Amino acid sequence: MAVGARVLEHNLMVYRRVWHGSVLGSLISPVLFLAAMGIGLGNYVNRGGADALGGVPYLAFLAPGLLAAQGMQTAAFETTYPIMSKIVWNKLYEAMLATPLTVRDLLFGELEWLVVRLTIVCSLFLAVAALFGAVRSPLGILALPVAVLTGLGFAAPIMAFSATQRQDSAFNVIFRFLITPLFLLSGTFFPLDRLPAPVQPVAYLTPLYHGVALARALTLGQVDPAAAAAHLAVLLGFVAVGCVLAAVSFRRRLVI
Amino acid sequence: MPDPDAQPAVVPAPAATAALIEARRLTKRFGSFTAVDAVDFDVARGEAFGFLGPNGAGKTSTMRMIGCVSPVSGGTLRVLGMDPRVDGPRIRARLGVVPQADTLDMELTVRENLLIYGRYFDLSRREALRRAGDLLDFVQLGDRADDQVEPLSGGMKRRLTIARSLINEPDLLLLDEPTTGLDPQARHLLWDRLYRLKQRGVTLVLTTHYMDEAEQLCDRLVVMDKARIVAEGSPRELIARYASREVAELRFPPGVQETLGPRLDGIGDRLEWLPDRVLCYAEDGEAATEAVHARGIRPESVLVRRSTLEDVFLRLTGRSLVD
Repeated sequence: MAVGARVLEHNLMVYRRVWHGSVLGSLISPVLFLAAMGIGLGNYVNRGGADALGGVPYLAFLAPGLLAAQGMQTAAFETTYPIMSKIVWNKLYEAMLATPLTVRDLLFGELEWLVVRLTIVCSLFLAVAALFGAVRSPLGILALPVAVLTGLGFAAPIMAFSATQRQDSAFNVIFRFLITPLFLLSGTFFPLDRLPAPVQPVAYLTPLYHGVALARALTLGQVDPAAAAAHLAVLLGFVAVGCVLAAVSFRRRLVI
Repeated sequence: MPDPDAQPAVVPAPAATAALIEARRLTKRFGSFTAVDAVDFDVARGEAFGFLGPNGAGKTSTMRMIGCVSPVSGGTLRVLGMDPRVDGPRIRARLGVVPQADTLDMELTVRENLLIYGRYFDLSRREALRRAGDLLDFVQLGDRADDQVEPLSGGMKRRLTIARSLINEPDLLLLDEPTTGLDPQARHLLWDRLYRLKQRGVTLVLTTHYMDEAEQLCDRLVVMDKARIVAEGSPRELIARYASREVAELRFPPGVQETLGPRLDGIGDRLEWLPDRVLCYAEDGEAATEAVHARGIRPESVLVRRSTLEDVFLRLTGRSLVD
């Protein structure tokens, strides 16, 4: 009996009331970023000669990076305040756990919902990028699951963290000192080798760098199978470890 | 107006029929703190059973163990003949739970709250919607079905929570302080609905620290204090055992009570000295009052009333304030 899907159903029921606004927001962000930075800033970048980016126009370089980053940001938002709300503010998990649902159902239901949510947001992003001419290979369609997986790589561990919190003050710290720096410094806007050497390894340790690199290889049609496999393995590793941590953290918080 | 004395004598959980809940030395510990300390009780099918006690007595912890959301730390517990440790989801499928604080979904409408809750119990959407309609009528929220939950009054939210707890047609309904914080009208409406459920054969288990609620609703109750059960019986049995039939409340002008010393001794069954009055527990309150007057003591006012569960409760759990 797939009652875990009921948790997904709950999220969809709530989303049904807000999807118009949500979709609109998901469209505006890529349009603005790709127009302002991809085209506007890109004009200047491209004048510096194409070699710096391996012969790729800046817009095509930037778009897959932003796509993966969008996955990260969406996941981070969905797994901080909403999770806290269901544990602390609305206590919806308490209500759910009084039914046949189990902690495992909650966890998988939330992850299922994240797959849906990330797929919506990232496919809108990818579609906009394609309209801007920033997707240069048919393989680019595979950047969508990569962006979703990048999101999950953040979602699972952040869920684990959120379930340990009694109030939301730490979330600001996450956004300010984790999400924003990663957004800027994971090869999203410029190649990682432009970073000071000591900082570079730090980027390798987060899912975003691997998501960006893999998504970019796909949209540019320049896939190195070994590197792609390595990126994929890191992303899956983050999801797997995150799920284990989240299961422990949820159980510790909710089963007392 | 039926005579309250004519209530049928309450039968303790009969051994012949299997108890819906059976607890033996049931214990709940949080670290070094023992919230529930080796309590024994049975609840029979069709019974309305109450946990009475001050805050922190262990009522909610006990309810959460019965609800299979909080693991048992010691002793044994069987709910609906099953073991919560292994059959949690199967037991919960047949329970209705009204938690102490409402856990409604403010982002959904009244009807959607019931619909999604029915889905958690694996009802089809059609069946969940059908039951939602019936239940909203039952709790008198039919005209608010498509409204948001947020603006509802406290009493309405409570009724919605009760409707939600009934969506799976439970065998056993667990209510943790169902009417705390409600105004008298809302409480009476809620009691009426609970009474109807009881008449339909739903087994009710509730916690409360309202004595009138316990007297109204419970066939049988246990009084908990400091993690243990300190008394068990029907409201009338408890009053008979721990209080007298009547109480004369004697109030004196300021300063007078302190000067009485032993002059009231021997009147009634028992005296209780409160800061502002003296309670004289007696079989016959009027006779006790006359005895007071016969000794030449003139209280400023006398109120003779029947003993209530409140007298029992205060006697058993003490008068000091519990946080």
